[in-house]
Amino acid sequence: MTQKLKFSLQRRQVVHQILENRGDAAVVTGIGNAVHDVASANDDAKNMYLAGVMGGACMVAFGIALAQPGRRILVITGDGELLAGIGSLATIGVEQPKNLSIIVIDNQAYGATGNQHTHTGRGVDLVGIAKASNFKNTALITNKKELQAQIPNIYQKPGPYFAVVKVVSKSSPRINAPKDGTYVSRRFRSAVAGEGA
Amino acid sequence: MAVKKKTSWSNAVFKILKENNIKQIAYVPDAGHTSLIQKAIEDNIVNPVSLTSEQEGIAVLSGAWLGGDAGALLLQSSGVGNIINMLGMVNECRFPLLMLVTMRGEWGEFNPWQVPMGQATQVVLEASGVIVHRAEEPQDIAETVEAAAKLAFEGGRMVAVLIGQRVVGFKDWAK
Repeated sequence: MTQKLKFSLQRRQVVHQILENRGDAAVVTGIGNAVHDVASANDDAKNMYLAGVMGGACMVAFGIALAQPGRRILVITGDGELLAGIGSLATIGVEQPKNLSIIVIDNQAYGATGNQHTHTGRGVDLVGIAKASNFKNTALITNKKELQAQIPNIYQKPGPYFAVVKVVSKSSPRINAPKDGTYVSRRFRSAVAGEGA
Repeated sequence: MAVKKKTSWSNAVFKILKENNIKQIAYVPDAGHTSLIQKAIEDNIVNPVSLTSEQEGIAVLSGAWLGGDAGALLLQSSGVGNIINMLGMVNECRFPLLMLVTMRGEWGEFNPWQVPMGQATQVVLEASGVIVHRAEEPQDIAETVEAAAKLAFEGGRMVAVLIGQRVVGFKDWAK
């Protein structure tokens, strides 16, 4: 019952376009391709690359959103990573952070481990789960026009905002994103919370 | 034996959390932590975050630190099993982490299903790089939390305080 892939958006272009005018927004990535998609746009100090854990990106970003209520916090993650912490959507739905936006780059596959199917190509609707979890603003993005229309909403609509971007399953090339967790996290904290934090 | 009076130690513990500038208290429902959870909800500065699973709490507190806040996680020994993989992130990034764990499956446990995780709690935490302090007497809890908070936030380490079942007591909810 796997749906035939008929999507045309390329994940890296999508991420670069979303981050083009990010302003002072902070970004938390999920594991795998999301790290490289975000780092290749610009290795910004306000990027936190979670390069080694499944299912934590949304709640890490939520903790930052609570601590930094005046700043927009973006999650850019894959469908597999999101599914591994799916309960987070319920928790965020209860908490209603106004400054949190979750963007799922959905290739319907575990790209880092051999493209095994995730649940999203087999009848599971992440936007539906987000809506049912009381996310106020949600979007399903399948083409360039929809992407263009949603980019301002990612930054401006009251959160929690949730979008799924359907992309082709092909991974983009890996780049040299910084891997050391202590380095990336301290650089992030200084940039977002200030040197004295 | 019923649940012992918790107010005395939870007052002192909450005061220590406030003194450590704790802004986020993540929790799962737990009889032993009832009074602390209530204090977190009633406090004007603390953000109480109720979780569907303990692993979310490790992630939210990592975010708290990244955003410049300090936080604490309230959980039960059975929930320690749910956090192990997420601790890898905390370890790699060397985030400070303070956890208060109420114990089951040890002193006078009536539910056999609680025993395996309760008996494994300390070993599993230590194997994951967490420094474990134990409090077995009510009068020791606040002091132990104070030391743990210092080690976590100033020493920059993952620290768990295990509050013994002998202290929190146990209650057969079926009775």
